[in-house]
Amino acid sequence: MSDATSAVALEPGMDPDRRRWIAITCGAGAVGGVAVAVPFVSTFAPSERARAAGAPVQVDISAIKPGEKLTVEWRGKPVWIVRRTPEQLATLKVVESQLADPASERTQYPTPAYAKNEHRSIKPEFFVGVGICSHLGCSPSDKFTPGAQPSLPDDWHGGFLCPCHGSTFDLAGRVFKNKPAPDNLEVPPHMYLSDTVLLIGEDKKA
Amino acid sequence: MAEFKEAPAGAPAATQVTTWLQNRFPTAFEAYKVHMSEYYAPKNFNFWYFFGSLALLVLVIQIVTGIFLVMHYKPDATKAFASVEYIMRDVPWGWLIRYMHSTGASAFFIVVYMHMWRGMIYGSYKKPRELIWIFGCAIFLCLMAEAFMGYLLPWGQMSYWGAQVIINLFAAIPFIGPDLSLLIRGDYVVGDATLNRFFSFHVIAVPLVLLGLVVAHLLALHDVGSNNPDGVEIKARKDPKTGIPLDGIPFHPYHTVHDIVGVSVFLFIFSAIIFFMPEAGGYFLEYNNFIPADPLQTPAHIAPVWYFTPYYSMLRAVTDPMVNVFAVVVALAAVLAVLKGGLAGKWKVAVLVGAVVVVAALKTFDAKFWGVVVMGVAVLIMFPLPWLDRSPVKSIRYRPGWNKWLYGIFVVNFVVLGYLGIKPPSEIGTLVSQIGTLFYFGFFLLMPWWSRMGEFKAVPDRVTFQPH
Repeated sequence: MSDATSAVALEPGMDPDRRRWIAITCGAGAVGGVAVAVPFVSTFAPSERARAAGAPVQVDISAIKPGEKLTVEWRGKPVWIVRRTPEQLATLKVVESQLADPASERTQYPTPAYAKNEHRSIKPEFFVGVGICSHLGCSPSDKFTPGAQPSLPDDWHGGFLCPCHGSTFDLAGRVFKNKPAPDNLEVPPHMYLSDTVLLIGEDKKA
Repeated sequence: MAEFKEAPAGAPAATQVTTWLQNRFPTAFEAYKVHMSEYYAPKNFNFWYFFGSLALLVLVIQIVTGIFLVMHYKPDATKAFASVEYIMRDVPWGWLIRYMHSTGASAFFIVVYMHMWRGMIYGSYKKPRELIWIFGCAIFLCLMAEAFMGYLLPWGQMSYWGAQVIINLFAAIPFIGPDLSLLIRGDYVVGDATLNRFFSFHVIAVPLVLLGLVVAHLLALHDVGSNNPDGVEIKARKDPKTGIPLDGIPFHPYHTVHDIVGVSVFLFIFSAIIFFMPEAGGYFLEYNNFIPADPLQTPAHIAPVWYFTPYYSMLRAVTDPMVNVFAVVVALAAVLAVLKGGLAGKWKVAVLVGAVVVVAALKTFDAKFWGVVVMGVAVLIMFPLPWLDRSPVKSIRYRPGWNKWLYGIFVVNFVVLGYLGIKPPSEIGTLVSQIGTLFYFGFFLLMPWWSRMGEFKAVPDRVTFQPH
């Protein structure tokens, strides 16, 4: 402190004591300014009401026919429940070599342990995933029909295509290689309350 | 403090009022002189010089129509879409005000892109006008923020998903990204909180900053004086008696009258669009935005409004192979700098270490993050333009002939990138936009070298101007 003040060349008539007080009051003013900014910036954070929303959702899945998809809303996001046919399940093995992260090992959107298997689901038939692309948050479209079609490779086996930037996912929500999306579709915490009733947003651990 | 003057006895009422005002508010009279009647602008302004005053006109249109729209609009996720339809159908002449505002947004970008292009070809950003250029780039950034946030307000499908994508861009930033995007949205998904804060920014915060920057842009311009198509400093040749630049004419009445011609032509076109094709074939108002926002369903094809698409193309161009290309380019540049750069030993090591760090970072973080970086840098790279351009002359008229081709390709490339950004993603489109992205960055980053190459023509002492 004393070093800093003595380094300032003294101008004639300058009172170092007053200079010091000016520096101190400026510093105190800056601290006050920052303190006032805190509540303003804090208002940007989600409100208590937004935090409280997000209760788990119960879904009756008995009406979904094989090869169909049901979309429900959980925390404002689309959650898909896809009932896959045996043929569709068979494609999961076929495409494995073309996937970026076939075993869901990346940790950005950790896949729950009960879905970390070859079909990425609790029951092989039903895939439950958040329908939000891990690239920039668009909701991919269903492309269940196999074969060549616009924006898709010729050996397409069925899956999802993100309309925004062309990322493709297989029928287990796993992303293909060299696509903008880095991660597989998120699998939300979920559990079966009975054979036909699914609870999304909570699992047995919680 | 000016001396208190008295109007002569028996002077006409107008003189008395003027004297009364002059005694109490001399600043206004001084400002009129400095910025209008005694601001000497070059007499050889051409077509490209209309766009500055047109930008000011569009700003006024946007502010006035905006004020009237806010009287009927409701920033509420459950009511916003309906309130815009209410303005369009039930508010008397509401459709006109709304179309003026929506067309004005696109017009703003057309005019500003032309204005920036003018600055580029005539070297208007070069010394001593660097700050004018920087204020202008900041205005461009504000304009982008203003357009993006305004686009959310109608709460249609494109509003919603466009905002979702852009906010998620911020989430790609390593470490702080997810929290930052949460702070921007104010909720875990784009929702009512997001709509409300965007409304606040769109109608209050950004316009205030924008106005401040426009004032700074104009004050700095009037301090150093305007450039012109010849890139000749008119202040270098002054009338020895009056001290007025020989090639300068008072802004008012000469350029004000001149600009009215530009304003008239602009308003012809502007009105034609408002009355006959306000959606401009889906380019000014996208068709999907006439569907209310649905958080569960992304439209089959989403694209930003046309003025963002060149940058959007560059974002989409960054795939994993493209990141590898970047890594190779950085490595080659570093090797070249070490071998040919004539650097001292310490700097050689610094360049190599820097290159290794950059390549490591390129390989560590996702292509998604680098796409965001490329998009951001593509805009920000305009700021240092005054220092990237090392050409000894300002105007393209006196630069080597091939420069015209280079600038021409730059524009074509920008338009092609814009076109690809509107289209759905495709293999060939991605490849073309990758080449376009490399050209765009090459144009700016190699400018310190290519802008010095070739034969420059002699710049005249005075501006070239033939009175009609």
